[in-house]
Amino acid sequence: MSAIPQDDEITGKSYDGALMSRLIGYLRPYKGYVGAAFAFLLLAALADLVGPWLVGYGLDHAIRPALAAHPGADLGGYRRQLLAIALIYLLSLLASAAFRYGQLVLLNMLGQSVMYDLRLQMFGHMQRLSLGFFDRNPVGRLMTRLTNDVDALNELLTSGAISVFGDIFTLIGIMVVLLLLNWQLALITFTVLPVLIVMASYFRIAMRDSFRAVRSRLSRMNAYIAENISGTLIVQLFTRERRNYDRFAALNRDYYQANMRSMFYFILFSPAVSLISSVAVAAIVWYGGRRILERQDLTIGALVAFLSYASRFFVPIRDISEKYNILQSAMAASERIFAILDEQVAVRDPEQPVVLPAVQGKVEFRDVWFAYNPDDWVLRGISFTIQPGESVAFVGATGAGKTSLISLISRFYDVQGGQVLVDDLDVRQVRQEDLRRHIGAVLQDPFLFAGTIAANIRLSNQAITDEDIRRAARYVNADRFIEALPGGYETEVRERGAGLSVGQKQLLAFARAIAFNPEILLVLDEATSSVDTETEVLIQTALARLMRGRTSIIIAHRLSTIRNVDRIVVLHKGRIAEIGSHDQLLASDGLYRRLYELQYQVGDEAG
Amino acid sequence: MATLLSPHSGERAYYEGMHTVRGLWPYISRHRVGLVLGLLLFIATNATALLGPYVLGRAVDALHAIGPGPVLLDYAGLIIGVALFQGVLEFGARFTNNRVARQIEFELRNTIFAHFQRLELVYFQRRTVGDQVARAINDVQAVRMLLGPGFNNACNTAISFAVTIFVMARIDLKLTLYAGGVLPLVTVVFVLLQARVQRRYRAVQDQFGVISARSQENFSGIRAIKAFVQEEAEIASFRGVLGEYKERSISYARFSALLWPAMALVSGIAIVLLLWLGGNDVIDGRISIGQFVQFNAYIGQLTWPMIGLGWAFTLFQQGAASWTRIDEVLSYSPSIADRPTARRVATLQGAIEFRSASVDYGSGPVLVDIDLRIEAGQTVAIVGATGSGKTTMINLIPRVFDATAGVVLIDGIDVRDIPLEVLRRDVAYVPQEAFLFSETLAENVAFGVETATRSAVEAAADVAQLSKDVEGFPLGYDTMVGERGVTLSGGQKQRTAIARAVLKDPKILILDDALSSVDTNTEEEILHRLRGVMARRTSLIISHRVSTVRAADLIVVLAAGRIVERGTHDELVARGGHYGAMYRRQLLTEELQEQEDLEIALDEALPRRQTSEHPA
Repeated sequence: MSAIPQDDEITGKSYDGALMSRLIGYLRPYKGYVGAAFAFLLLAALADLVGPWLVGYGLDHAIRPALAAHPGADLGGYRRQLLAIALIYLLSLLASAAFRYGQLVLLNMLGQSVMYDLRLQMFGHMQRLSLGFFDRNPVGRLMTRLTNDVDALNELLTSGAISVFGDIFTLIGIMVVLLLLNWQLALITFTVLPVLIVMASYFRIAMRDSFRAVRSRLSRMNAYIAENISGTLIVQLFTRERRNYDRFAALNRDYYQANMRSMFYFILFSPAVSLISSVAVAAIVWYGGRRILERQDLTIGALVAFLSYASRFFVPIRDISEKYNILQSAMAASERIFAILDEQVAVRDPEQPVVLPAVQGKVEFRDVWFAYNPDDWVLRGISFTIQPGESVAFVGATGAGKTSLISLISRFYDVQGGQVLVDDLDVRQVRQEDLRRHIGAVLQDPFLFAGTIAANIRLSNQAITDEDIRRAARYVNADRFIEALPGGYETEVRERGAGLSVGQKQLLAFARAIAFNPEILLVLDEATSSVDTETEVLIQTALARLMRGRTSIIIAHRLSTIRNVDRIVVLHKGRIAEIGSHDQLLASDGLYRRLYELQYQVGDEAG
Repeated sequence: MATLLSPHSGERAYYEGMHTVRGLWPYISRHRVGLVLGLLLFIATNATALLGPYVLGRAVDALHAIGPGPVLLDYAGLIIGVALFQGVLEFGARFTNNRVARQIEFELRNTIFAHFQRLELVYFQRRTVGDQVARAINDVQAVRMLLGPGFNNACNTAISFAVTIFVMARIDLKLTLYAGGVLPLVTVVFVLLQARVQRRYRAVQDQFGVISARSQENFSGIRAIKAFVQEEAEIASFRGVLGEYKERSISYARFSALLWPAMALVSGIAIVLLLWLGGNDVIDGRISIGQFVQFNAYIGQLTWPMIGLGWAFTLFQQGAASWTRIDEVLSYSPSIADRPTARRVATLQGAIEFRSASVDYGSGPVLVDIDLRIEAGQTVAIVGATGSGKTTMINLIPRVFDATAGVVLIDGIDVRDIPLEVLRRDVAYVPQEAFLFSETLAENVAFGVETATRSAVEAAADVAQLSKDVEGFPLGYDTMVGERGVTLSGGQKQRTAIARAVLKDPKILILDDALSSVDTNTEEEILHRLRGVMARRTSLIISHRVSTVRAADLIVVLAAGRIVERGTHDELVARGGHYGAMYRRQLLTEELQEQEDLEIALDEALPRRQTSEHPA
């Protein structure tokens, strides 16, 4: 279910200048957001610095002088001053809250805008990539790029990169104030810093590693439960309950132990930081106290302010160490994202495309050589010509090159040698869009889009009217089952056509092909044993109608279909072994004849 | 995965959860020692936490008096000592509490898994796998959060607030009322905001799900999209999905961004009040400067627990809702279970009888008055159109479902009175869709037996015509199946499932269209071998192919849940009814002679030709 792809492991690279500057490029359209967020950030940090200083100031300039005043003296002035200080404090709080809120909202807007741009760019780019790219990359991986990896970048933008500046600024601000209050005391306080930094990075690594172990055990347990639920029937019928329970309990225990290890670091961290900060506090009290008592060059107010600042000192340091993890995973994510954006479009439209006139439907292969991987030839010098309106079936073993051959007509891939021509034009001379408009494809797995039945027949072609859709459905025998659906043509097809049977999906794909009325038809026809006899007959007649009056190129599994085509091409290991009509091929004692006899004998046995 | 709650189970589930959370009591009670110990450690931690500011306050006051250096050094040592002591206690408290919570999580998840195993197929058919897994994983985590950090924070806040306020009140009651009184507002603000933030967060997560689903659909259908030139239409629709996500995310950010600034503001106000009121108290001599500093530190210490309390509230809400979802699973009692009237049956002979067996789950009859006697050792075939009730009928034998009326008997005993373990040990069932586990091939074949020798596995694989395929796998029978190993074809999966059934050496073998992806020749061979292995055992075979069923002792034709014809192949063909029509149709269109496909046949034909091949 949620197995984490192995290639998503963090590579360990934490900073890469080239990557960073490319990332910054995505911020350019939102300079305003960045600038304003940055300004708000600095203002909020400044407002936060005011507080402790005010408390110290109040102690030294209002409270202590009042205490030191002669008995009976008028204390009103001191009280008014105290009130003023309290009000200024309140103002600084309000300002800080407002600035922080503004900064957070702006950063989120920035992050969301960049994510929107990036995802749209990736998705758009992937739509233009050739099928070769999708052959190499499993769907799950591509989804992870588009969802989780982009999210990791967003994390960097909204809570990482810019707030790191905020943390650094706060840190520097506190250091400056401390140095101004009393530089000797400040230096003493700073001595705990190296300890703190070393400790924070130790914890960061330990937490990250232990958390990874937790995640991998979780996904294992997750997968095991899912598998057991999906296979409930088998588990129960084969009385495997006890043994599967034992296995699960072992996985569950693994997960528990990983969690305990991870938890150990998490709950140790905060007491450890508190301990170190208490050392700083003790140092301030001891050294600062001596300065007050022995040299009188430090006030109590300043000491109290000092203590306040020192306690705030540790928050940004802890944050920065957390952000290091964010930075690391964002860098790894952006590397993977850019790898996709940098993927070259292998099948490109020509600079000056030839306008494709009304297509007749002639298809020609001229000494075509094709390989998915260099030197691993799938097609080796294929030549043939199919006249407009002719129907041709390709037969051959798995790996003989049938599917590749059909893919080349639609130009899903480019050939390495020779030419594929449609109406005597090289397919590379026309725009892919123009070419494919004239080619209808009925694929092995009839793909349905999320949407209504009607939308699945029409797709985005608004020129196809509702009446056209009905006519197309009727023509291929799809009308009966569609009209029996609760919403008829407006019934929502659920995810990947769930709810429709394989046979129904096939009929729907036929209706789509008819509605688009292509001059050239490509059919990948799968033998489906799960289709019942009646539907089988419907599919047969629909297919015959579909092929009528157009160039049809078929990879057939049904003998009746093959028997009805004009010509049959037998492919063997990337070459053409035989070409001829059904009768011709039967007459010549070749590959086809053996094949057909095998079929016939099996049929005879049944009778 | 990230959402703890389904969007609709929110409020209502929460109130219901309040009542049902007591179902957790046995788990809590079992770990009461750990829970009480954790609580005591929390109290100790909080008591120690009070000492820090006290020492600090005394130190500041000492600066007023004439004091020699060594006193200051004592204070400094005290500050570190108190922090160290507090740290140890805090670690102990959280460790104890979290460990108990994790142990309960472990136990609860085991209980759910064991319960899943007892539930009948119907339960899972009406629910999605993802949802059930979420209950065993995410909901259990939410309950753990309730018992761990939730309990943790609630206790922590209650104790530290009570103790701190008490100590503060002893210093200055009025100041405590004003400054300390503001602090609970932090909790209120948190809870109020958090509810709104959560709602928007769920909306964002839902839309994120839409993005995933859309992209998945697009990538897996890219061939069709390109073939029909749908790229631009897809981009346009994806843009809409992304736009909605962005909008929802920004609306979420508007609320979530309020959270921390608002709480910082409220707790800051407590300091403002202290500065003004406390300052005047110092001026008037009611408290010392040290006490003022002490107060300041206390307020700082109370801010976090106040936020923690708000968080605990959220955790409790979520945990209670999750517990409701878990309780739904645990309180579902399986209807397919051993009855108290179960007989002591040691082993089955294999005679099967359906006596007026009907099935109707409320959405129309599936099976109507089935009467059928099968002698031990017979082979019976069941044919009929999709949806005619074939699978339901044979499912009654190993009790995948129970008949809603009438009975099914084996050896004259109602199947419901046969212990499930005996029943399922002696019946082997191969369903339509072969299900393999992500284990090795050998483990998949030996799935139904405690121990199996390699030679037994190989013999079973031989009967199922699987051995030849296995030779081609990198690790033979030790090859992993599924994502981490080889991906098997439909035919290979079915043959593995048959080998699994054969290895069980059952008294009754049921094949539910279990050879549909196997080519005819291989099927012929498998059936032939099975007849050898299954001699004197009962077999039931469902199939669409005449070639599969023709040799059966008896063929039963089902239509709309009723038996409409029965007899041998020859009798039924002669009668010219449903079966006769089906037979003729298959003769006429050889298409139904499902080949694994032409290629296999061609592959076999090729080697013989290669010598005479001429270059193309």
